Formats: sequence, structure tokens, C-alpha cells
Amino acid sequence: MDQLIQQFFNWDIMMRAWPMLLRGLGMTLLICAAVIPLGLLGGLLAALASTSARPWLRWPGMALVDLFRALPPLVLLIFVYAGLPFAGIRLSPFAAVTVAFFLNNSAYYGEIFRAGLISVGQGQTDAARSTGLTARQTLIHVVLPQATRNVLPDLISNTVEVVKLTSIASVVSMGELLHAADLARSVTYNASPLTMAAGIYLLMLWPVVRLLSRYQRQIAV
Amino acid sequence: MSDLDRFIDTFLNGAVLARYAPDILRGVWVTVELSVLIVIAGTALGTLLACIRAYRIAPVSFLIVVYADVFRALPPLVLILLAYFGLPNVGVSLSSFAVLFAILCLTLGAFAEEIVWAGITATDRGQWEAARPTGLGFTQTLVHVVLPQAVRMVIPPLTNRAIAITKMTALGTVIGVPDILNQATTAQSFSGNASPLTLAAVAYVVLFLPFVILSRWLESRFAWRKI
Amino acid sequence: MSKTIMSPAATSPTAAQAGAAPAVARPTLELIGLRKSFGAIEVLRDVSLRVARSEMVFVLGRSGSGKSTMLRCCNRLEEPDAGEILLEGERITGRGVNLDRVRRRIGMVFQNFNLYPHLDARRNVTLALRKVLGQSREEADARAAEALARVGLADRADSYPAQLSGGQQQRVAIARAIALEPAVMLFDEPTSALDPELVGDVLAVMRELKQDGMTMLVVSHEMAFAREAADRVVFMAEGRIVEEGPPEQIFTSPRHESTRAFLSRYSFGQ
Ligand SMILES: Nc1ncnc2c1ncn2[C@@H]1O[C@H](COP(=O)(O)OP(=O)(O)OP(=O)(O)O)[C@@H](O)[C@H]1O
Ligand SMILES: [Mg+2]
Repeated sequence: MDQLIQQFFNWDIMMRAWPMLLRGLGMTLLICAAVIPLGLLGGLLAALASTSARPWLRWPGMALVDLFRALPPLVLLIFVYAGLPFAGIRLSPFAAVTVAFFLNNSAYYGEIFRAGLISVGQGQTDAARSTGLTARQTLIHVVLPQATRNVLPDLISNTVEVVKLTSIASVVSMGELLHAADLARSVTYNASPLTMAAGIYLLMLWPVVRLLSRYQRQIAV
Repeated sequence: MSDLDRFIDTFLNGAVLARYAPDILRGVWVTVELSVLIVIAGTALGTLLACIRAYRIAPVSFLIVVYADVFRALPPLVLILLAYFGLPNVGVSLSSFAVLFAILCLTLGAFAEEIVWAGITATDRGQWEAARPTGLGFTQTLVHVVLPQAVRMVIPPLTNRAIAITKMTALGTVIGVPDILNQATTAQSFSGNASPLTLAAVAYVVLFLPFVILSRWLESRFAWRKI
Repeated sequence: MSKTIMSPAATSPTAAQAGAAPAVARPTLELIGLRKSFGAIEVLRDVSLRVARSEMVFVLGRSGSGKSTMLRCCNRLEEPDAGEILLEGERITGRGVNLDRVRRRIGMVFQNFNLYPHLDARRNVTLALRKVLGQSREEADARAAEALARVGLADRADSYPAQLSGGQQQRVAIARAIALEPAVMLFDEPTSALDPELVGDVLAVMRELKQDGMTMLVVSHEMAFAREAADRVVFMAEGRIVEEGPPEQIFTSPRHESTRAFLSRYSFGQ
């Protein structure tokens, strides 16, 4: 038991690792600030393409979404970070993470937005167009607000996944939370910094996870 | 050499592909094995816990909820590193394969528990009430009446989640599980050529794309009831 | 005036009287030889129809006879395969027509209201005023208040659709359309999704619109209302207009076989 506490909950080591982890957390938040908006935007575009009436937009849209849903994000990241330099495209870790996450997130957010767009009935578009609103105005003022609201829980739950996923940036030495914790682990030969990182993730995401469960229950009953 | 030739030489180099294809194929086997185990064990675990929760024994339910929350909120990679590097020092030595399996199974179990539980609570209360007076016990009602209906509702979200989590087997690379990605990165550094990574990407797409398409089909088929 | 109107509307006494508005040489809405198919199904087969200014034309016909499709072609929510549509003499079919400008001059009311559920009644009305006509918030709000007052809902401007009864929702939908001051209003079964006790309010609003001189093309099975308020009744069967005339004539002595069959079934309940 003592050994367990010593190994996973060592207070001294945690205190020593704290500044490092804080910097790592900053980087995690920075990555999130970049990849979440980008992913939402890409997802929206993917959803518009894959629900388009034009086959030349719809099929490539769906194919891309499916392709990037089939590829593990880590494979994508390593391909972008370690593969592209062979073609003379050398990206910084941050840029590589942004590109890989953009592709992966766009596919996942895209599927969610797609469901949202479909959930808004044709009648809404008919009504809006019959008053002279343009297709774009109809999308922005009538369809999107409803679509977003209908899939809000899914959007939030996917965002939780994105935040968790930023931990794989540690593989390309991005210096985010998990990387910082793992560095601290390797110098201290002690897992407590990892426990601490886990605690930080838990503090950030647990309330959201709980809220989502609550919300789902409300729908179910 | 034209740009296209250079591109092919870098990403689709025949000699390199031929040389390392067997390694990557071995990786495919590892990935498939892990994925199948994780899906079976994770789904079973989640379903079992959701059923236990249906008995509404407060302290037990509480523990299940805590477990499900924690494993849904934590990045699997954190848990993988924690288990792989932490456990040996307290005398528990697991292979990297076992660690990866255990963590992803627990992660899928957490999500599956939430999904199946949502399915159970969504099943019409009337179903419970209709079944009980016919002499069915609680457990029988749960197993024979409620679960079969819940399963229909939970299959689409569960499929999506299972795909997302089995794809995470690629994380095993970090702790040295000889899966597709691991074989590919090793081959890439030996050969100094990106073709093994291309091959790995192709392997993942071939493995997972059918399931992605299946999940799309399931979603449209079961669209009548969303969780 | 009646001389300038070539369609059978000219024979309708009410049509000639209807215009409190000045006589206009051309119909407000004119459909010429409309055709429309969905895949192999021919839904509209050579439909021609004229609606004079301030005229209320009722369209009857069995389910699937193409009534909605005809209406939806009028503002090109559905694209006709052939034929022409003239709005106040101006061709609105074919290429090079600015559809969005045309549509604001054609109001449409739907069976299921299709109110925007995320906006309150006022903003349901003002959305197009602001985005299409480019009005300021004050202008649009004033116009919306006016339109909502006209449908008897001045006090419900802040209510969301979910907080309104079906009849109230449909009246908001009418307000949304009339606020744009359209040249013609299309109604697609405006009362058929309503509980019977709510139908009257909506019909009352339509009656008032008619009295104010609105041009209306109405698909509806409210026979009593048609008899009382319509200038002309058109009967559709299998994508064609098979009979048209003043309501009295259509209801008392229908000429076409399918009209007779249809009416006998409907008048049963009344
Ligand atoms: N978007 C569409 N795609 C394919 N077929 C359609 C479409 N819209 C209408 N139809 C078909 O066209 C025919 C006419 O439909 P329409 O809605 O115009 O009839 P209607 O007279 O309005 O009937 P109802 O009284 O039921 O509203 C029907 O057979 C219908 O199935
Ligand atoms: Mg219709």
C-alpha cells in the first residue's frame, strides 16, 4: 500500500512537477483553441458537402469523411509529422498536430453536423426560400441554428473527445500536458506526474461528461 | 526524375513496400486480434454493468457511475502510460499488449455501459409493467424483454464508439505493442522512406472503412430511435 | 374589366366586383402549360390558370392530383419541366430570373405552418424584412407588429411557436407572408393540420385578407368557406385542371365525372 502511494501519489514529486505540468496544460489549451474551431469549421463544410444536392460535391464529401473516420488519428499525425518531410514538407509539431487534427475532427464534427442538417425538415427551407431569403441566408438564419441545437450534446461530447485526443500530440514531443507529465515521470522514475495529469484531465472533463449523461437521461425519460 | 516519380518513389516505393510488407502484415494481425478482443470484452463489460445498474442498488450504481465517468473523461493514452510505467514499480508487471488491451477494454466498457444504460432507461416503462404480472421476475424481464429492445437502440452509437476505440490500438505503438503503426514507424526509420507509413495508412483504411460504412448504414436504418 | 380577363374568371360575377383595386389589364398570376414529372410520374400535365388581381381562386382535387406541386411551381420551390409562369405580366420561369426577388412577391402558407421554432413570432416575421428587404430593426418591428395585429395576434409577438396553438401558429405564418406585401398569396391546405375548433380563426383571417383585396390561390377542402368566399373554384384530377367555374356552379352542378365523385364524397359529412 505504501509503495502504491509512493509510486502514484507522491506529493513531493507532484509539487516538483507542478510548474512543468502547468506549462503543459497551457499548451494543451492552446492546441484546443486551435483545433476545436478549425474542426467545427471543417466539419460544417464537410456536412454541407455531404448533404449537398450536387453529386460531385456529395460523393467526395462523404468519401473524405469516411476515409478520415477510418484512419486512427495517431496514424494521421505520424504520417503528417514523419511522412511528409520525405516529400519536402516539413511541419513544426504544432502545425502537424493542427493539420492532423483538422482532418480527423472535420470528419467527426462533419458527421454530427450532417445529422443536424438532416434533422431540420425541408419545410423550414421551403418557408424561408418562399419569403425570398437566399440559400445562404436560409442556412445561416434558419437551418444552422436549429441543426446545431438538435445535435448540441453530440457536438459537446465530440469536443470532449478532441480535448482527450490532444494527448496524442505528446508523441510528436509537443510539450502539452501528457508530454510534460511523461517527461517528469522519466526523470523522477515515478508515475505520480502522470497521476497528476490524469487528475487535471479529470477536473477539466468530468463535469462535462456528467452533464452530458444527465442531459441524455432527460431525453430518455 | 519528375515530381510524380519522386512522389511515388517516396510514398509508394515498390522495393520498400515489398521488403516490409510481411512486417506490417504481422502488425495487422496484432491490431485485428486486439480489436476483436477489445470489442468483445468491452461490450460485454459495459452491458453487464448496465444490467447490474438496473437493479438500482445505490452504492453499487454509484461505483459503476464513477468508473464510467472516469474512463470517459480520461484520455486513454494517459491511462496507458500510467499503467505501463507505474504498475511494474508496485510489483504488477503486465506486457504492453496486456496493458493496451486492459485500458481500451475498460474505456469501451465505460462508454458501452452509458450507452446500454441509456437504452435500458429509454425502453418504455410500460414494457416493464407489462412483463412483470405475467410472472417474469426482474432478471427475466431485464434479459428477455428490456435488453432485446435496448440492443436495437444502442447498436448504432455502440458501433461508432467501438470503431473509435479500436482505432486507438494504434496508441500501443507508444509502449511498444507491435501493431501496424509500430511496424510501420520501425520500417520507416530503417528504410529511410515513407512508403511503410503509406502502407500502414492503407491497412487501417482497409480494416476500418467497412465498419465506418456499416455504421453509417446502421445509423440510417435505426434512425427512428436516437439515443 | 371583365373583358380583359380571358379566363373563365370573367364569367364569375364576384371576380369582377372583387377589385376595390383599380382594373389591371393582366392577371396577377398566370400559369401557361405547366408540366412537371417526378421520375416517371407525370404530376402536372399541361396546367394553365389565371388568377386576376384581388381574386380568390380555390383549388380542389383528390390527394395526389398535383395541387401542392402546382402551388410549389408558382414560386419555383418546385422547378416546372415545361411551361411558363407570369407574375403581374412578368415571366418568372426560365433562366436569368432572380428567384429571390420573385419569391418575396409571392407569399406562401404551408399545411404545417413551418414557423421557425428557434425564433419568436415577431422575429419569424421580421427575418425576411430585415434580410431580404434590408429594413432596420425599428422598421421591421413596426411592420411585424402591424402584420401580427392584422392576424389578431398583436399580443403574442414574444411567444415562440411551441407556445402557440396550431391556429395561432398558422396566423403567424400568414403574418410572416403578408408582411412582405406580396402580390399574391398561395395557401397549401392552411387548415388541414388544425383541430376543428381552430379552423375558424384562420379562415377569418383569410376572409379579411380577401376583403382587403389580396390575390389568393388556395388549396383547401373547406367547402363551406369556398362557397362563401371564393370567386372561382378549380378542380384538378391527375395533373390536369378538368373543370373550373364559380363556386355555386361547381358545387351544385359539376360537369366533370371526377368532380362529381369527389364532391359526393365530401358533401356527405356536411
Ligand atoms: N418531391 C417529390 N418527389 C417525388 N414525388 C413527388 C414529390 N412531390 C410530390 N410527388 C408526387 O406527386 C404527386 C402529386 O403530389 P402533390 O403533393 O402535388 O398532390 P396533392 O394534390 O397536393 O395531394 P394532397 O392532397 O395529398 O396534398 C403525388 O403522387 C406525389 O407522390
Ligand atoms: Mg398537397
